[in-house]
Amino acid sequence: MEVLKIATAGSVDDGKSTLIGRLLYDTKSLTTDKLEAIEKKSKQKGYDYLDFSLATDGLVAEREQGITIDVAHIYFSTAKKSYIIADTPGHVEYTRNMVTGASTSQAAIILIDARRGVVEQTNRHFFINNLLRIKEVIVAINKMDLVEFSQERYETIKSDFKQLMEKRDYQEQKITFIPVSALKGDNVVNRSESTPWYKGETLLEHLEGLDMEAVSNVGTPRFPVQYVIRPKTDDFHDFRGFAGKVYGGELSVGDTVVALPSQTKSRIKEIYFYDKKYHSASRRSSVTITLEDEINVSRGDMLVKEDDLPTIDKQFTATVSWMDAKELSVGNKYVVQHGVHKVLAKVATIHHKIYPDYSGIDDSASSLGMNDIAQVSFKLNKPIFFDAFKEHRTNGSFILIDTQSNNTVGAGFIN
Amino acid sequence: MKDTSHINPLENEAIYIFREVAAQFEKPVLLFSGGKDSITLVRLAQKAFWPAKIPFPLLHIDTGHNFPETIAFRDRLVEELGLELIVRNVQDAIDAGKVKEESGKYASRNSLQTTTLLDAIEEFKFDACIGGARRDEEKARAKERIFSVRDDFGQWDEKSQRPELFDMLNGQIELGQNVRVFPISNWTELDVWSYIEKENIEIPSIYFAHKRKVFLRDGLIWSHSDYVFQEEDEEVLERMVRFRTVGDMSCTAAVFSEAADIESVVQEIRDSVISERGARIDDKRSEAAMEKRKQQGYF
Repeated sequence: MEVLKIATAGSVDDGKSTLIGRLLYDTKSLTTDKLEAIEKKSKQKGYDYLDFSLATDGLVAEREQGITIDVAHIYFSTAKKSYIIADTPGHVEYTRNMVTGASTSQAAIILIDARRGVVEQTNRHFFINNLLRIKEVIVAINKMDLVEFSQERYETIKSDFKQLMEKRDYQEQKITFIPVSALKGDNVVNRSESTPWYKGETLLEHLEGLDMEAVSNVGTPRFPVQYVIRPKTDDFHDFRGFAGKVYGGELSVGDTVVALPSQTKSRIKEIYFYDKKYHSASRRSSVTITLEDEINVSRGDMLVKEDDLPTIDKQFTATVSWMDAKELSVGNKYVVQHGVHKVLAKVATIHHKIYPDYSGIDDSASSLGMNDIAQVSFKLNKPIFFDAFKEHRTNGSFILIDTQSNNTVGAGFIN
Repeated sequence: MKDTSHINPLENEAIYIFREVAAQFEKPVLLFSGGKDSITLVRLAQKAFWPAKIPFPLLHIDTGHNFPETIAFRDRLVEELGLELIVRNVQDAIDAGKVKEESGKYASRNSLQTTTLLDAIEEFKFDACIGGARRDEEKARAKERIFSVRDDFGQWDEKSQRPELFDMLNGQIELGQNVRVFPISNWTELDVWSYIEKENIEIPSIYFAHKRKVFLRDGLIWSHSDYVFQEEDEEVLERMVRFRTVGDMSCTAAVFSEAADIESVVQEIRDSVISERGARIDDKRSEAAMEKRKQQGYF
């Protein structure tokens, strides 16, 4: 079974919830009781159509305000794939939610209201998806029914968007444009008769066709040790298994590995998933590895192939997305959680803030507020073993934890 | 000897989450209801720590109104796997006058579980409670984190939830706080059933079609039982039914079904058009029912 995670971004009223509701409805993923609830609510509100946005707007506060204020996860599946949609809000003040939703996604849908075209918000949505190096972006030009399904309007928006694309950092990102009407169902699941000029796929056809290997960010194998399994039973008296998830590429029995930070070498003796032995551990599998030699490895350490070491350093520079009301300033201390490894970090320098609409940088910034994105250098109390984010989406990222509130206050992507 | 690429990504994710819990917390506990989701959790935990035993106990908050089949099943499972089981009873909280039993037609002990759960967390100083809630169950659950921090009062503040980025789970908490952990957050009902089928996991018999005395109310099928209030004009019928969730008898409705084995249940779920929580009376009380209960500390 394949699971595709998709982040969505759109401004308020671009019809994001409606699009997701439409996907659920047209793939017959809405159950009778949910559909009844939607019909009842739509009637109460006096609409003459079904308000699919009611399928996803979860919290009471949101229903009162009529906007989505947090990341919600929506599930549906076809015969081919299971889909998880992270429904993230389009409000300016919620950059944090968008970064969060995009961080676990392999694809993103950016919504544009065909009447309004590319707006400042669109820049921001695209910038974030590009920053997070989402490989596959779909630009859904929505509400085509309100511009008479005009091809000219569609082409204008497309060429406006292409101007943004010139400024992007991650040029290899694949971008697909689709004219849709979420409300009426055009080109979402079913092909529209109103857009004979559009020869491309519908949104669902496009998602169904995505190759999971191609959209996943593959790097070199990294095995951060999560937990050491020592059963101390008669049957497994000397068993010492290193439990963790494989990132990047594959690890196999017989591979020579180096344990970091000790730099001790050994060879992989066995790979277990539950009680079964395997020859190789594929990317993203949660396995238990035993080594031929008794070396000291504990949580937070990392096993890597000997010919392929990450950077081992006590300092780094990263793009930081700040998510807390309390500001980040030079000299502040935080916990850096890099995978399952935690170290203490001090903010050394704030180089410059980046305006998330591609409009430029502010190199006079001395602190970061909620939703700011900036280049920041850190000094650590202990080394971490990292790759650049553009080479390794997992081993190049980290979160920042406030030492007092324990909250997750930022995310970073290492240069 | 082959590679592990065929393994279900959801299973890999759940195992990863279990290991994070064991590594990040001092006193985790697995909340066990005897339902299919918590039984699935037990299997996943076994896989996460093999060949070691599951490094935490199970906690059952017993409403006293359970299906007897569930309790028998629970005791057998615990015995077979050599697990530690802690049981705390809602009846004790009622006897101590801490909570008041609901009365009337829709009386249920389901929401009373919260007090007993919070008391048990305090008694044992649990810092992580692992539960089988899934985001596809209900709209308010769709916003739940995998690690969800609760304050001293067990309350959920949906507006200041920690962002969860990549697969990094931040379990740092203060003394007195605890984290609710949901390893199968991203599974759907069908995912759970398919997993039970593939793994050949034993589940209580009430999940399969059986003859039961029931009555109909508000379009739902209720068990005829001492624990469920029944109007005189609500006629007792004997029908083939099965349950899709197993909560307290007073809040769990059945569905008509002929699916007597796992294969036909999976097929039925595939074809089904009523959502699983559609048969939970506690959610029907109001549209925001689940969110309100969660804010108060309900699982």
